Amino acid sequence: MLEIRWHGRGGQGSVTAAEILATAAINEGKFSQAFASFGPERRGAPVLAFTRIDDKEILIRTQIYEPDVVVVLDHHLSEGDDIGEGLKKGGIIVLNSAYGPEKYAGKFPNARRVATVDATGIAIKELGTPVTNTAILGALVRATGVVKPESVEEVIRERFKAYAERNVAAVRAAFAQTKIFDREGHW
Amino acid sequence: MKRVGLSGNYAVAYAAKMADVDVIAAYPITPQTTIVEKLSEFVANGELEAEYINVESEHSALSACVGASLTGARVFTATSSQGLAYMHEVLFMASGLRTPIVMANVNRALSAPLNIWNDHSDAMAERDAGWIQLWTTSAQEAFDATLEAFKIAEEVLLPVMVNLDGFILSHTYEPVILPDESLVKEFVPSKPMVNRVSPKFAYSIGVVGPPEIYYEMKYQVVDAIENSRKKIKEVNKEFCSRFGREYRFVDAYMMEDAEYALVTMGALTGTARAVANGLRKEGERVGVVSIRCFRPFPKEDIVSILEDAKGVGVMDRALTPGGPSNPLFAEIATALYDITRRPLLQSFVAGLGGRDVTADDFKAMFGLVKDVVKEGRPRPCVYVGLRE
Repeated sequence: MLEIRWHGRGGQGSVTAAEILATAAINEGKFSQAFASFGPERRGAPVLAFTRIDDKEILIRTQIYEPDVVVVLDHHLSEGDDIGEGLKKGGIIVLNSAYGPEKYAGKFPNARRVATVDATGIAIKELGTPVTNTAILGALVRATGVVKPESVEEVIRERFKAYAERNVAAVRAAFAQTKIFDREGHW
Repeated sequence: MKRVGLSGNYAVAYAAKMADVDVIAAYPITPQTTIVEKLSEFVANGELEAEYINVESEHSALSACVGASLTGARVFTATSSQGLAYMHEVLFMASGLRTPIVMANVNRALSAPLNIWNDHSDAMAERDAGWIQLWTTSAQEAFDATLEAFKIAEEVLLPVMVNLDGFILSHTYEPVILPDESLVKEFVPSKPMVNRVSPKFAYSIGVVGPPEIYYEMKYQVVDAIENSRKKIKEVNKEFCSRFGREYRFVDAYMMEDAEYALVTMGALTGTARAVANGLRKEGERVGVVSIRCFRPFPKEDIVSILEDAKGVGVMDRALTPGGPSNPLFAEIATALYDITRRPLLQSFVAGLGGRDVTADDFKAMFGLVKDVVKEGRPRPCVYVGLRE
């Protein structure tokens, strides 16, 4: 089972991103859950969302405390110290950042892979607004390979309708521009 | 048939739509809101031909449902927590007037302090209202139970409450198999209700029942809910033959040779099973007993499933302050009272007001049940995760 924790701020679409990924996995025939940690819902406040993906039925319904993957939608939160909390040894970090992944590698000793993408820049260019959820999905798919990029695009087309193509463009741009750092060693 | 990703709330909305409800009256409340939001979308875009009544409160929502149901319409509403509490007096009218209303109750804690998160206090406070109560452990089960609820309600002329845990089920996206609408219509065909009010057959409803008549009329609700057991069983059987998923009053998981068990309701069940799977691999003979039908309470099933266990932990996600035990524990203890050899019962409270009940919490509960069996007597109720 793959467990993913999403860090964002209210309004950036973290919960939607968690749901799009889960739906893409379900459409590929997998089992998945997407849910949020519902605090007071305030625009701008840090929010957590979660996705589980497995080949068999998922029984557990707790929050995720030791994720395999941590995804950060907000470039300010990417600089925070606590986002790697509980990351499993050999895990993957996907950050919204204009910097290369090497900058962050030292901060996450448990991470086998660190990926960065300028999701804010891509969102502003493709959507005209800094809503980074679809761009970061492109980076997540590139860094983990957990679902096919087309599966994500299909869900976005279904869900966003009028804004679908611009969001698909954001996914594709992020997929292409994601920079990956892999740590040496046995994981 | 198609397999899609849906939240528990959307699954319920799809079930109500496929059951082709005639009237929806509802007032929004978190975490139920997305059910009636989705249904209003279905009505607005023409996918569902129904009367959608916007009301100013939950009391009015259920009152409108009672009135509509008395005309023979298929009626649906949904609520949570304070909304259910606000419906309290009308709940008893709905059962007393024998209106087959289906209501989704998205379980949420009761104030104060104000809390939008999950526990079972809302439904437990209404256990004596004469409603059939079904409990679900996944979005698929919420969909299936809602479909079954229409059929059960209309066969036995009692209202049915379908419970799903707030956020944990209501807002979690997961796989749901949606059957073809034509198959759903065969399962719950629209049929005109007999002896209902109309301009042609006007008569008074809800009149005074003085001492000479009240007792007998209330007893009819007792009689109806007792007799509903047979019908619920038949509906489960028909559901399985049509859709392939089998439901029982109580779901016994790995109980054939279990020495220790946890009794759960709702979304706690999944994590309990996942932890039980792990403990089985370590050689522990553990099982999980999940109550799907809380009203009518499945006393005989509980006896046959639990009588051979050594120790049973009962998990309440609600409180009975000042009572001899919490609500689910009281039901289980009562069910087992008449048998001579019964398992030792340990009471747990967990997950109030949305507090996460972790896998470690479940391991600790299974371990504690084993310990109290060794010690030969249960401990006072254990409040799992409560900070000192």
